[in-house]
Amino acid sequence: MPLVKGSRIAADTFTRVEDDAPIPEQGAVLVPAARFLADAAELMQRAAPVGVIWPNNMDVSELVPYLDKLALVALVFPIFRDGRAYSQARLLRERYAYRGEMRATGQILRDQFVFYLRAGFDAFDVVKNADAAAFEETAKRYSVFFQPTGDGRLTVARSRLKLHGHRDPAAKRVTV
Amino acid sequence: MYLYDEFDRTLLTERVSEFRGQVARRLSGELTEDEFKSLRLMNGVYLQLHAYMLRIAIPYGTLSAVQMRRLAHVARKYDRGYGHFTTRQNIQFNWIKLAQLPDAMADLADAGLHGMQTSGNCVRNITTDQWAGVAPDEIEDPRVWAELIRQHVTLHPEFSFLPRKFKIAVGASDHDRAALRIHDLALRMHKNGAGEAGFEVMVGGGLGRTPFIAKTIKQFLPVRDVLTYIEAVLRLYNQYGRRDNIYKARIKILVHDKGGEQFGKEVDAEWQNIKDGSLALDKDVIADIATRFQYPDYEKLLDNPPELKAAQADARFATWHANSVSRHKQSGYAIVTLSLKPIGKPTGDCTADQMDKIADIADRYSYSEIRVGHEQNLVLPQVAQRDLPEVFKALDAIGVATPNVNQISDIIACPGLDYCSLANARAIPVAQEISKRFAEPNLAKSLNRLHVNISGCINACGHHHVGHIGILGVEKNGEEFYQISIGGKADENAQLGTLLGPAVPYDDVVDAVEDLAEAYLALRERPDELFIDTFKRVGVEPFKERVYATR
Repeated sequence: MPLVKGSRIAADTFTRVEDDAPIPEQGAVLVPAARFLADAAELMQRAAPVGVIWPNNMDVSELVPYLDKLALVALVFPIFRDGRAYSQARLLRERYAYRGEMRATGQILRDQFVFYLRAGFDAFDVVKNADAAAFEETAKRYSVFFQPTGDGRLTVARSRLKLHGHRDPAAKRVTV
Repeated sequence: MYLYDEFDRTLLTERVSEFRGQVARRLSGELTEDEFKSLRLMNGVYLQLHAYMLRIAIPYGTLSAVQMRRLAHVARKYDRGYGHFTTRQNIQFNWIKLAQLPDAMADLADAGLHGMQTSGNCVRNITTDQWAGVAPDEIEDPRVWAELIRQHVTLHPEFSFLPRKFKIAVGASDHDRAALRIHDLALRMHKNGAGEAGFEVMVGGGLGRTPFIAKTIKQFLPVRDVLTYIEAVLRLYNQYGRRDNIYKARIKILVHDKGGEQFGKEVDAEWQNIKDGSLALDKDVIADIATRFQYPDYEKLLDNPPELKAAQADARFATWHANSVSRHKQSGYAIVTLSLKPIGKPTGDCTADQMDKIADIADRYSYSEIRVGHEQNLVLPQVAQRDLPEVFKALDAIGVATPNVNQISDIIACPGLDYCSLANARAIPVAQEISKRFAEPNLAKSLNRLHVNISGCINACGHHHVGHIGILGVEKNGEEFYQISIGGKADENAQLGTLLGPAVPYDDVVDAVEDLAEAYLALRERPDELFIDTFKRVGVEPFKERVYATR
C-alpha cells in the first residue's frame, strides 16, 4: 500500500505498534488510540516521533493536550463512503491548529483526493498503485472551490467579489 | 433567471472530464461496480431495472427555455424521446447507456445543467416554491438563499459522504408550497418583531419507512447565519448520524432519538464556534448572488384585460383558467401551471417535442422562464393576462392544459415497479386508472382540492404519507397490494396520513379510492369543505366503514 506525501510516493518512516507490543526505543512509532491514551505521558517523553491512529468514532478534542508533540495523526476511512474523518480532520487543522502530519488511512481512492486535501490531510495511505501514481494529476482536477477551508484556496465567492470590484473580505480567519 | 458565470461553467467542465475518466476506468475494469457505484451516484446515475437512469438537477426548479431545449435534445439523442419530472424538481432519463453518459453530461453542461449531487449520501438539489419570485405572498425570493446554499454545499469537502442523503428546502411565503416539513432541513423565511427577515429552521423531517414531520430547532435565524448554522447541523450529523443501519441513517432518526430540543442545543453549541467565522454571510456576498437573478422588465398592465374577458366565453378556456391560472404579484400578469397529468398517461412525463414547444411558448409569453414544481407539474411563471387565450391554445395543442391541477387526477407518483429496482408494486398504472375513473371534469371538480400520492415501495418517493389519500404499494406472497391512508398533507400544517385498514389488491385500489370520494361527498358539511377538512372533522372511521363495508 503506497504512502503519498508531498504529492509523491514516499517511504513510511513510522513503525506501527500493536496494543500489547513493547514500544521500541528508537524510531518513529504509530500507536493505536487506546494504547496512546493509556501511555500518553510516557510516549510524550520519547525523543523520536510519535503518531496516533485515531478511529472515526472518537472525539478529536481528546487529542488537544498532545497536539503540540504529536508528529502524526492517522485518521481512518474504514470504507470510502464513511465520511466522519473529514470532520475530524477539519477540526484538528482549523479549530485545534494541529500542524503535524495528518494521514488518511483505510479505503483511500483517487476520487476523494481533492476532498482529503481540502479537509487538511497531507499524507495518504493509497490502496491502489495506479491511484498513487495519479495523485498529482488528480489533485489538480478542480480549480473551482466554493467552501472556505483551512487549505486557504480562494473561494468562488471571494473571486467574484474581487472581479465585481467589491472590497475583499478575505482577511477573515477560517474557523470551523 | 439565475445567470451562471465562468466559475460555474469551469466547474461543470471539470466535473464532466472527471466523470469521463471514471466511466473509462469502470469500462476497463479498473474500478469495481461497488467503487464506481458511489462515483456514478454522485453524478445522478442509478442502475435501474432495465438500464442506467440519469437524474438531472434543476436547482430550485428554475429552467430557462435554452435549458429546456437541451433536455429535449438529451431525451431525443440519448434516451427514448421523453423525460420524467420528479417530486424534487429534478428530471430523470430512464434509458441511457453507460458509455454515452459522459457525452450526455457534456451536452447538458453546455447549458449549465448537471447531475451532481442528485444522488448519493450528500446534500441533494436544493428545492423551493415553484412560484418563487412571482408569488404575491412571499417576503422575498427564496431562490437567492437556495442558490447561496447550493453553492456552499457543491462538492463540500466535509459533507460529501454523510450517513445518508440530505435534502434541503427553502420557502419564503406564509403558504408552504415546497413541502418544507418533510425535508431533512428546511428554512422558512419570516419577519421578527423588528421587521427583519430571518429563517425558522426545521430539521428531521422525512418520509420513507419511518416518517417524521420536521421539528423547529430555531425560531428565528438571522440571514447572515444561514451557512454557519447549516454547517453546524451537518457537522453533527456527519459525526453522530447512524451508519450501522441504512434505514436509521437519515438525520430524522438522530433528531428523534435525541429529541428536537436537545438536538437544537447541540447544534447551537457547535454553531457558537463558527458563527462569526469565514462562513458568516457578508452583505456583499448576498448582494452579489442576488444581482445575478434577473427579473423581467414587467409592463404596466391592468388585471383582467379585455382579451381575457372575451376568452371567458369559451367554456374550455374558462375551465382551464379557473383551474390552472393563479394570481401573480405583478398586476396584469399570471402564473400558469402546466398539467403533466393528462388523463390515463404516466404522471410527470414530458416528451422531447413537448419540451421544445414549452420552451418556445416560454420564450414568447413567459420571459423565457419555466419552473418545475414538487407536484410534478411545470409552471410558466410570468405570463401577461392578455396573452392567456393564446397560451391556452398553444398548451392545449401539446396536451399540457388538462384542467386538473390540484384535483384528484393531479396525482404524485413515483416510477414504481415499471422502472425502479427498489419498488414492490406498480405506481404509474394505478395513477392512470384513478385518473381515468375520475376523468369526467364535473365529477373531479366537485371533489375540490384532493391530493392523491402513490409510492411503489416504503421508500415513499411518491410522498404517500402526505397525500390527502396516500397509496403505498406492498408485496404479499408475490402479489401487488396497496395500503391506503388518508388525511396526510405537506403544507404549513403538515401531518402524516392515518392508515385506513388492511391492504387491498391491485384490482381493488381504484374502487377503494372511489369509495373514499363517495364517502367524502356524503360526509362533507358544505360543497366547499375540502376532503382534508372533512377528514379532520369526522376522523378516519366513517371513511374506513365505507371502504371496508363490502370487502
